[in-house]
Amino acid sequence: MIHTLEPIVREQPFFHGLEDRHIDLIAGCARNVRFDAGSILFHEGDPADHFYLIREGLVAVQTVVPHNGLTTLQTVGGGEVLGWSWLLSPHRWHFDARAQQPTRAIAFDGKCLRAKCDDDHDLGYAIYTRFTRIVAARLEATRLQLLDMYGKRG
Amino acid sequence: MLPAPYSIQRVRQETDDTFTLELLPEDSGREFSFAPGQFNMLYVFGVGEVPISISSAPGDLPLIKHTTREVGTVTRAMHQLKRGDVVGIRGPFGSCWPVQNAIGRDVVIVAGGIGLAPLRPALYRLMADREKFRKIVLLYGTRTPEDILYRRELEQWRGKFDLEIQVTVDRAASNWRGNVGVVTTMIPRAPFDPSNTFAMVCGPEVMMRFTVMELLNRGVAGDRIFLSAERNMKCGIGFCGHCQYGPTFVCKDGPVFSHNRIAAILGKSEI
Repeated sequence: MIHTLEPIVREQPFFHGLEDRHIDLIAGCARNVRFDAGSILFHEGDPADHFYLIREGLVAVQTVVPHNGLTTLQTVGGGEVLGWSWLLSPHRWHFDARAQQPTRAIAFDGKCLRAKCDDDHDLGYAIYTRFTRIVAARLEATRLQLLDMYGKRG
Repeated sequence: MLPAPYSIQRVRQETDDTFTLELLPEDSGREFSFAPGQFNMLYVFGVGEVPISISSAPGDLPLIKHTTREVGTVTRAMHQLKRGDVVGIRGPFGSCWPVQNAIGRDVVIVAGGIGLAPLRPALYRLMADREKFRKIVLLYGTRTPEDILYRRELEQWRGKFDLEIQVTVDRAASNWRGNVGVVTTMIPRAPFDPSNTFAMVCGPEVMMRFTVMELLNRGVAGDRIFLSAERNMKCGIGFCGHCQYGPTFVCKDGPVFSHNRIAAILGKSEI
């Protein structure tokens, strides 16, 4: 019996509302992955050929800041999506990603999914709509971080 | 109203600029009671008076605790006080967290920075009657890991009282293994049923505005979201007008407001 990831993809809130045929197409580009605590998912500048849906665990998005060292910009946890660089040319990661805890995720092949979106524009629209929401939420959160809300006023 | 003298039993340093005063009345027969969310006016004799939320458990009385950040003349002077020194207290003032409205519901508490201090008495009240509430979730955000208040208690609560506690910081060095990001990002995935949730929020006003947005987006009813507002307060009893917040006075109509009551003025720069 061949086990597919279709049931697991279907149950993820990120993909709720998609038609069954689109779930099948997406699951065809998916595989389970595991990362030990401390392991690197990707480095800044690497080809961004995947995105990840974190099922369990915590991943830190990091960058090196001169004189400060490795700095975590945000963390991505269970139920959240990691990575949108696969969508946009030149498809290169902009930051490092490191598992802070033992992490289980579904990795989606970006080239595979981009090709399917090119063939099926309804799928493409559904994917881009979902990622736009994520990018907007991350932008809003980053703006709040920039405000330094807890800093002393005046 | 005359301040009643209270002597300092202990000054506990919480973070580098935040401290807690533990106080007992000089008059051991003084009757004092408060509800979670209320505040006192604390008077440093010869310096001035500031409003500070009560951060202790009602069950600790006659001991009262106040956690405050050193931000101005009075709090700077307060921070120099030692065990045995005396401060004046007027109060308690203001409205309280309507914890009884949360019975039978999930409770989500969203705290930002020192905003955890006015919520701590409400947490104690929830834990005192734990079986009356369904899930209790505390989402707590601070600037850095070094700014986390009441660390030891957070660990105790997590283990002992079946509370879901999630902490996040806005910025951290690479040795921090926890969440990084603003506290609002934890709301979409927090484990509560929005159709039957009661929410209490306290922190910087911009944080509260965006927290309310996320709670409403998730489906929590506006009349079940409560916030603790903050304005400069002088008299504490609704006379001077310094704390006027639209048609309300924070000192006597607040500081705890239901979201529906202040939704129209929340975030208005003129107010």
